[in-house]
Amino acid sequence: MGMTITEKILAAHSGKNSVKPGDLLQAKVDLALANDVTAPLAIKVFYEVGRSDVFDREKIALVPDHFVPNKDIPSAAQAKIMRDFAGKHNIKHYFEVGDMGIEHVILPEKGLVIPGDLVIGADSHTCTYGAVGAFSTGVGSTDLGVIMATGEVWLKVPPTIKVVFKGTLQKWVGGKDLIIYLIGKLGVEGANYRAIEFTGPVVKELSIENRLTMSNMAIECGAKNGIFETDEITMNYIKDRTTRKPVIYKADPDAKYEREIIIDVTDIGPQVAWPHSPDNVKPVSESGSVKLDQVFIGSCTNGRLEDLAQAAEILKGRKRAEGLRLIVIPGSQLIYKQAIQQGIIETFLDAGATIGPPTCGPCLGGHMGILTKGERCASTSNRNFLGRMGDIGSEVYLVGPAVAAASAVLGRIGLPEEL
Amino acid sequence: MKIQGKVWKFGDNIDTDVIIPARFLNVSDKEILAKNCFADLRPEFGGSVAKGDIILGGSNFGCGSSREHAPLAIKTAGIGVIVAKSFARIFYRNAFNIGLPILESKEAVEAILDGDKVSVDLITGEITNVNKGVKYAANPIPDFMRAIIDAGGLVEYVKKQ
Ligand code: SF4
Repeated sequence: MGMTITEKILAAHSGKNSVKPGDLLQAKVDLALANDVTAPLAIKVFYEVGRSDVFDREKIALVPDHFVPNKDIPSAAQAKIMRDFAGKHNIKHYFEVGDMGIEHVILPEKGLVIPGDLVIGADSHTCTYGAVGAFSTGVGSTDLGVIMATGEVWLKVPPTIKVVFKGTLQKWVGGKDLIIYLIGKLGVEGANYRAIEFTGPVVKELSIENRLTMSNMAIECGAKNGIFETDEITMNYIKDRTTRKPVIYKADPDAKYEREIIIDVTDIGPQVAWPHSPDNVKPVSESGSVKLDQVFIGSCTNGRLEDLAQAAEILKGRKRAEGLRLIVIPGSQLIYKQAIQQGIIETFLDAGATIGPPTCGPCLGGHMGILTKGERCASTSNRNFLGRMGDIGSEVYLVGPAVAAASAVLGRIGLPEEL
Repeated sequence: MKIQGKVWKFGDNIDTDVIIPARFLNVSDKEILAKNCFADLRPEFGGSVAKGDIILGGSNFGCGSSREHAPLAIKTAGIGVIVAKSFARIFYRNAFNIGLPILESKEAVEAILDGDKVSVDLITGEITNVNKGVKYAANPIPDFMRAIIDAGGLVEYVKKQ
C-alpha cells in the first residue's frame, strides 16, 4: 500500500518497510530540542532515567529563548540549569545569549533540520520543521528527558489530511493568511492527532519562510505535524547550511489520506484571527474598526527576515499611529544583523518602533510587551488564547506582517491598501 | 483503584496557558505551579482543591503549549483524574507520562455538574455521580497507555525495559 510523506519518514526511523495509521512505533530521533522553560523539567527526568550520559551530544539542541535575557531571578535560575547541563554534557547545539534566537527560527536557519529528519521537541511549535520536509512534533518534558537518554521516542502513526492550495495569491497574502484561513475552516481541534500534508500549485511557489509559518501553526488545529514535499526551493534553502545528506520523500500516488481539502486562494484576502482562539478567523476587510494599543512583529511564526522586510516595505516613510506601541523582535541574531545591513531596522526605528533582542518576548506573555486589562494587540505570533500576552482582560488579534505593519500606522486593524 | 471527590467543571478548549499562565513558568517547582494553577480563570482553584477532586473538561482539553507544567500543576494540586470529552494530543501524552489519570466520556461531562460528588473507577473506567446514583462509561484506555500507567509513568516504564 502506498504511503504519505509522514508515513515514510516514520517507517524509515523505526526500521520498518511500511507503516499505517494507528501503528505504534519506537522511532530513532535525529534531533531533540528543548528550551529554557521545558529543559529544566526534562533534565530532571533525564537523571531519573539513570543514564550517565546523553544519547548523542550532537543530536540535542538546547535553546534559551522564552525568558532570556533573564527577565527575573527565577528565570535566571532556570536558564542556568540548562546552561550547566549543556556544559556538563558538552551539548553541541546550545545557543547562548548573543548567539541565540527563537528555537524554531534558528534550527532551520543553521541547517540543523533537513529533509527526511525526525525531530522531537519539548515545545508545541516543533511542528515548524515540516516546512523543510522533516517529520517534527512537540512533546512534553518527560518524553524529551527520556529521548535525551535513549535517542528514541514512541509514536503513533497519524492519519494524514491532504490540503491542496490552488488558484492565484492576492498581493499581501502570505503563508500566515493561508494557515489561519485553514484553521478557521478546520477548527482548533479539526486535525487533532492528524498529520497535515500541504500541497498544490500555490505552495510549490511559496518561499521556505512562508512554509515555515504554515507548518508552525499546524498545532493550532491540533495537528501532530504539518509537512511539505521537498522541492527545489527546499534544496536551495538548505544548500549552504548543512553538510549532511538530505533524504527526500514523496507521497506515493496511491497513498491513503483520511480526507482531502481543496482551497482556492484566489478570493482569499488577508486574514485575522480574533480573540480568543486561532480559529476565530475573518477577512481583515470585514473586521470593522478594531482600535489597537500595540502591534507586535516577531515570534517563531513571523520573525524571519522576509517577514521583517515585508513589514518595513509598508512602514517606509510612515510613522506608527499616535499612542500605539510598535514592538519588533527579529527571530535570531543573524536576522537582526541582516535587518540592520539591509536598512530594515532603520526603517522600523524611523517609524517609531522599539526593537528587542532575539527572544520569544511578548508572544507567550513572557516579557517585553505584556498587555494590561482592556488593551488590544495585533500580533504576528500564533496564539491568541485568553491571557496569552498578559491580563485575561486583554485581546490579541493574529495577523501576518503586512497587516501588522499597516495596522501600526492606522492605529486599528487594517489593510496596506488603506494607507 | 477508585477516586472520589468534588467536580471542578470547565468548558471546551481549555488551553495550557489558562491552566498555568506563562508568568508562572519561570520556576519548575511543582508546589508553586500547583498554587498558581488556573490562576486567572478560577483563582480559588489552587488553594482549595481537595485530594481526589476531579476535573471535568469539554472537548480539546489541554490544547496549545506543550508545557508539562500544566498537568503537573493539576496533579500536584490534588486532582485525582480528569474526565473530558476529548484531549489535545500533547496534553494526553504528558498526562500519562507523569502518571495523571485521564479518561474520555462525553456523556459524563454533559450530565455531571460543577460541584457534584463523583467517583471514578480507574480500572473499569466507570464514572458514578454519587449524589444522583447515575453511572457512565469512559472510553477504554489504549493498551500501550495502560502499560505506561501500570509501570508508574514513562520513566519507570523505560527503566523496566
Ligand atoms: S515565539 Fe512564541 S510560540 Fe514561538 S517558541 Fe517562542 S513562545 Fe513559543
